[in-house]
Amino acid sequence: MSTPETAAAAPLPVADVRSPLSDGEWHRLHPLTPLMKGGLFLVVVIGIVVTNLRDRLIAVFLPGMADEYDYAGDPIDYIVANDLLILAALVVLGVLVVLLALFWISWRFHTFRITGDDVEVRSGVLFRTHRRAPLDRVQGVNLTRPMIARILGMAKLEVVGAGLDANVKLEYLSTPNAEAVRGDILRLASGRQLADARRESGGSARGRAAAVVSAGITGLIEGEEGADDNPASVVHLPPGRLIGAHLLSGSTIWLILLLIGVVVGSVIGTPWLLFSIVPTLIGFGAYWFRQITRSLRYSIAPTPAGVRITFGLFTTITETLPPGRIHAVEVAQPLLWRRLGWFRIRVNRLSGRAATDTSSQQFSDVLPVGTLADVDRVLRLILPGLPGDALPVVLERGILGPVADDPYTNTPRRARWLRPLSWRRNGFLLTPDALLLRSGVLRRALVVLPLARLQSIRLSQGPVDRAVGVANITGHTVLGQVSGSLGILDRAAAVAVWTDAAAAVTAASSRDRSHRWGTTSPEPSVTEAPPAEPPVTDVPSESPVTEVPPAVSP
Amino acid sequence: MTISPDQPTPASDSLTTTDPVGAAPTAGDEALDAGTYDGVVEPRSENRLPLGDGTWHQISRKYIVVQLISHALFLALVIAAAVVLGLVLEQPWVWIPAGAVVAVTLATVIVLPRQARSIGYQLRDDDLVFRRGILWQRMVAVPYGRMQLVDITHGPLDRGFGIAQLKLVTAAAATGVTIPGLTQAAAERLRDTLIDVAETRRTGL
Repeated sequence: MSTPETAAAAPLPVADVRSPLSDGEWHRLHPLTPLMKGGLFLVVVIGIVVTNLRDRLIAVFLPGMADEYDYAGDPIDYIVANDLLILAALVVLGVLVVLLALFWISWRFHTFRITGDDVEVRSGVLFRTHRRAPLDRVQGVNLTRPMIARILGMAKLEVVGAGLDANVKLEYLSTPNAEAVRGDILRLASGRQLADARRESGGSARGRAAAVVSAGITGLIEGEEGADDNPASVVHLPPGRLIGAHLLSGSTIWLILLLIGVVVGSVIGTPWLLFSIVPTLIGFGAYWFRQITRSLRYSIAPTPAGVRITFGLFTTITETLPPGRIHAVEVAQPLLWRRLGWFRIRVNRLSGRAATDTSSQQFSDVLPVGTLADVDRVLRLILPGLPGDALPVVLERGILGPVADDPYTNTPRRARWLRPLSWRRNGFLLTPDALLLRSGVLRRALVVLPLARLQSIRLSQGPVDRAVGVANITGHTVLGQVSGSLGILDRAAAVAVWTDAAAAVTAASSRDRSHRWGTTSPEPSVTEAPPAEPPVTDVPSESPVTEVPPAVSP
Repeated sequence: MTISPDQPTPASDSLTTTDPVGAAPTAGDEALDAGTYDGVVEPRSENRLPLGDGTWHQISRKYIVVQLISHALFLALVIAAAVVLGLVLEQPWVWIPAGAVVAVTLATVIVLPRQARSIGYQLRDDDLVFRRGILWQRMVAVPYGRMQLVDITHGPLDRGFGIAQLKLVTAAAATGVTIPGLTQAAAERLRDTLIDVAETRRTGL
């Protein structure tokens, strides 16, 4: 527990750092890193060589079968015939040594440094790259543990930046180091802002305590591999529900339609059409398997450094989302899930990945499937700005559809023919903190756009809209799966909400303090609960972790 | 910076509809409105999106000249290619795509003058409002604090006529506010004003 005292005594950014890895000096990655990155290539090369020597190997082990081939010009025959075996062995050895040396050099030149202001990575021998990411723009930290790396006790750390392909990757680190570095980065980012905030308000003591607790939770959750039995998870996701949810997803409807089509086609046309079912089923099976294994071992837990989401059976990903990094939230219910009362939560956020990266979708699902109670808990976590009394508006009236005294402004009566099914649900509600867009009857959806994150708002009207006297509204957020647009609203109401929302965005973003996630002052009701809970279990496990490094750092 | 002394004004309520630039002195206002159109064209229907209060700045009259020239060049190119292919190389099919392209371009050119008059922007207290379109009306409000960068581009033809295009970039790709056909002076004036105002209202992402 000496860490907070150090921070109080001297507000040096590096002073309260826990692990020796983030002392502002250059450090190297895990020594097995080149093997993980280049090893695959080597395996492929060896595979090609072995495949090409297959006949030769058969000849060695099964001499009787080999005589039917003539190996004229075969290099191995040449080597054997000219007694060059030693030379050949030396050449192979030399190549191996050179490869190892190259690996070693690339490892030597691949270093990272965590200072009080930013995290930097240097790599490359001939073409040096040096990437530096400021800590106060960190959008989150992801810890990825692929299967092979997990066996070797390694993990990949990704510091998510705000931009396309703006992530700083530390691959690979040993798992304890990766966890320590992640804790440090998050604490430095928030602690830095803590130092700023201390001058303004007296709320820093709690913030520092929160940072310590964060470290404790880091130690508790990530110390062992079993992230699935994480006690702090607010949602329990049984595998059965997950599998059921994927089997009942929209793609299944297409599969059924396809199968019906194939059967009908085989009855009317040629029966050979039936054989196309097999590859289709295999394809779908692979798709489901991938989707399901990806979401297994799901847990979502509050930490003072942000919401921590873990998922993946083989490749386990643990992402930490600091508060105020979520730009749009969508709660949706596909048609087939309605009877079971399941919902999915998706978010828009800066994933720091290139636009071509296909794994972005994976990071947008915050809750793959959950009941209404789960939705309630997750929404409280990811939208801490939402006051408690606003949640019923979101949940019952927004997600479950219009109930008595509906606060949402709906599609006007004259325009119902433009939304023949969903006119009753199609509507919006502007609160001081968020713009809520409700839509869809077959696929119910509610989009929550936190005003403090909204980039711009568009009001538009086409010729048909004008004839009916309606307009459309779109809230622009960062790129993601959630679309913030809602059509066919009463013209006057749309103009009013556009004007009001434009003003509310300015107000909300000027009072938004969530980027300083070390201070929990704006939303005590929601963010205070998590820190209050864990210390009971975590303080004992916390102290041995922190006591070692302060001896090193001063 | 001539603007800096007036910096606090946009934050306070001294901003009126007659001085929508706020941070910019009157001279800047003139720079924005020199040689521009003097009235936003709107749809006739009563159900149109209202213009609201405040002064709309419009784009330079030279924009339409530049657009007409570039469209004419494009048309000449298409017709020349079609003539070469159709008459010299005797490929009669070429008249179909060429005709379609010419028709679309001519339709665009006919709409162009009215469309250019429908483009407008307004500098309000806390945000910039951009509007365009008559048949499809579109209005976007961008809070000053959300601007990540302001981009000015001008092609060779634009330079010849002294106009430029100004683009506002926010963290959302969909914002897409591109103001074409500003005079050089107006574009630079607007850029400086926007950057100055954005500086004082900087918010997080």
